[in-house]
Amino acid sequence: MNASRTAVLAGCAVVLGAVAVVSMGVGAQALAPAQVWQALVSPGMSDADTIVRDIRLPRMVLALAVGAALAAAGALLQTATRNDLADPGILGVTAGAGFAITLGTVLGLTGTQYGQLVVAVVGAGIAAVVVYSVGRSSPLRLLLAGFALSMVLAGLSLGLRLIVPDAFDRFRFWSVGSLAGREQIPLTVPIVVIVIALVGSLMVARQLEALLLGEEVAQSLGVNVTRTRFAVLVLVTLLAGAATAVAGPMVFVGLIVPHLVRPLARNSVPWLVAFTIVLGPVLMLIADIASRILLRTGEVPASIVLAVLGGPVLIWVVRDRRTAPL
Amino acid sequence: MIVLRSGPVSVRFEQRTVRMTVVLVVLAAALAVLGLCQGAVWVTPGEVLAALAGQGDSSVIVVQWRLPRVVGALVFGAALALAGAVIQDQTRNPLGSPDMLGIDAGAYTGALLVITGFGSAAAAMPGLLSVAAMAGGLLTALLVYGLSLRSRNRGKLIVVGIAVNATLTAINAWIVLRAELEVAIAATGWSAGSLNGLGWDDLGIPLVVLGVLAGTLVVLSRSMNQATIGDEVAVATGVRLGPLRLVTVLAAVGCTTTVTAVTGPIAFIALAAPQIGKRLFGTSGVGLLPAALTGGVLLLTADVTSQLVLAPIGLPVGVMTTAIGGTYLLWLLIVQVRRRTH
Repeated sequence: MNASRTAVLAGCAVVLGAVAVVSMGVGAQALAPAQVWQALVSPGMSDADTIVRDIRLPRMVLALAVGAALAAAGALLQTATRNDLADPGILGVTAGAGFAITLGTVLGLTGTQYGQLVVAVVGAGIAAVVVYSVGRSSPLRLLLAGFALSMVLAGLSLGLRLIVPDAFDRFRFWSVGSLAGREQIPLTVPIVVIVIALVGSLMVARQLEALLLGEEVAQSLGVNVTRTRFAVLVLVTLLAGAATAVAGPMVFVGLIVPHLVRPLARNSVPWLVAFTIVLGPVLMLIADIASRILLRTGEVPASIVLAVLGGPVLIWVVRDRRTAPL
Repeated sequence: MIVLRSGPVSVRFEQRTVRMTVVLVVLAAALAVLGLCQGAVWVTPGEVLAALAGQGDSSVIVVQWRLPRVVGALVFGAALALAGAVIQDQTRNPLGSPDMLGIDAGAYTGALLVITGFGSAAAAMPGLLSVAAMAGGLLTALLVYGLSLRSRNRGKLIVVGIAVNATLTAINAWIVLRAELEVAIAATGWSAGSLNGLGWDDLGIPLVVLGVLAGTLVVLSRSMNQATIGDEVAVATGVRLGPLRLVTVLAAVGCTTTVTAVTGPIAFIALAAPQIGKRLFGTSGVGLLPAALTGGVLLLTADVTSQLVLAPIGLPVGVMTTAIGGTYLLWLLIVQVRRRTH
């Protein structure tokens, strides 16, 4: 069985590679895959090479990191809360990061990439704890708590940005989740954090799987329940916070991807996490490519593409008879 | 219990209903005077009263500029709350309000399509805009209802509504991005839900439409109360449930989309006002009168505060209601959790 899943995972990785190459070819200046390959392998000084190296490659890497981070965060959240509707965007975790960044900018804390990252992660963590403690008792309540908190924070963010026009100007574009125009920002720190957290997610997945059997069973299997739950909270916070810090608020990636890959993973949490890490970036890249195609004169923010795709998936999930009653 | 008799007609009131009605009306009047006083130029309450009587220097400012806004806030708040009360009653769910179910967003989509399709000419046709908004809202209501049909679980309706809401909001953002710059600016100003720049010209048609719709709901309210007791009781007392449901829901959607067509989506009044009214008046279900009074006071409060807080910037009132309403929703959830655990 493992062999077949490995083969499928390898196939997914190939798909990811293909989509990544396509994403570097699509845009205002269309490039053939051969040109993209040329620019990657033996970069010269031609226009195509410059476009790929300075704009499209960083943007592709960003999509990989953000997509993997949000999808893995969604998979962890859905498993840990046993809630098919869990998603860092829907549960208000990204809204917490977003509000923290707006507040941090007003207070002058987000000048450096470390500052922005720390502020975003702290905001995401606080939001996660608040939503979880309010909505713990049922999936619907969790969803509503996230929705309500997102609303409050969105209103407060807009209010803050109107009071401090300077912050408004800087965050006008950030406040809509998008991958455009972020190619020049130094991304090393957030991406390193995301990679470490992804490795951590894979490591915690087995303990999480044991937790699904019930706390007593998990304990008898030698799993430290409290430590596992805490690790999941920290990982989700890091992943969602870092992704939001670089790309702005994105919803639905964490919801859609785990649902799509669940049949492939066949009830194994480690495989679920592995598949979401590979296929999350595929969705993010497709949304990013669509964001460049849908509008002739400019770009649709990727978050809008994701919301248009994600709404129907959410409906499909709640209509699905197999999902737990709300 | 107070009973008013005039020949064959008699009306009964609970004392608490009378008391709360008086309190809310006085509150609304006080807020209205405050709303008329404040602005770029402070006008004293005395001058406001004189201006309302048609005297004094500030009569243009007060009557032509500020009064439409105050009247709009009261009437629109009441209309949104009425719509919320009806939908919450029909779905028997305190969260089933038009804004949660995406009806506002759908109305906005309808209006956006007209604005982008007809360009600046659309501004000259407020009637067309209202019709488009109403069509958008109705289609959304049908879609949400259809998608959550055959589900015995009332929670699903809300989740479907949130999903439809998110998708429509994204589509709206996309339409705005695609549009020409002038259209986009007009549409964006509208998207936050604002009473800024409301004049008498904008209010005429909506006030008539809302009056008719509210009248319909009041006439039907007796039958609606029978239906609340239970379907069997309602049928036994001669209420035809199918047509009643259809007409009341249509009237509610009409209320919310008419307001949305003028102001843009103002969230959470429809959600919160019926529930707050229910608690203030101590009624068993969500009543129309408590909802309407509370809604008017809520929206006027939000509007007056949003102008006060950020004085020179006209903060869209929709931002204020969103922040307040989200807090209210969180509080509702926390209280429910407490009640369940204790």
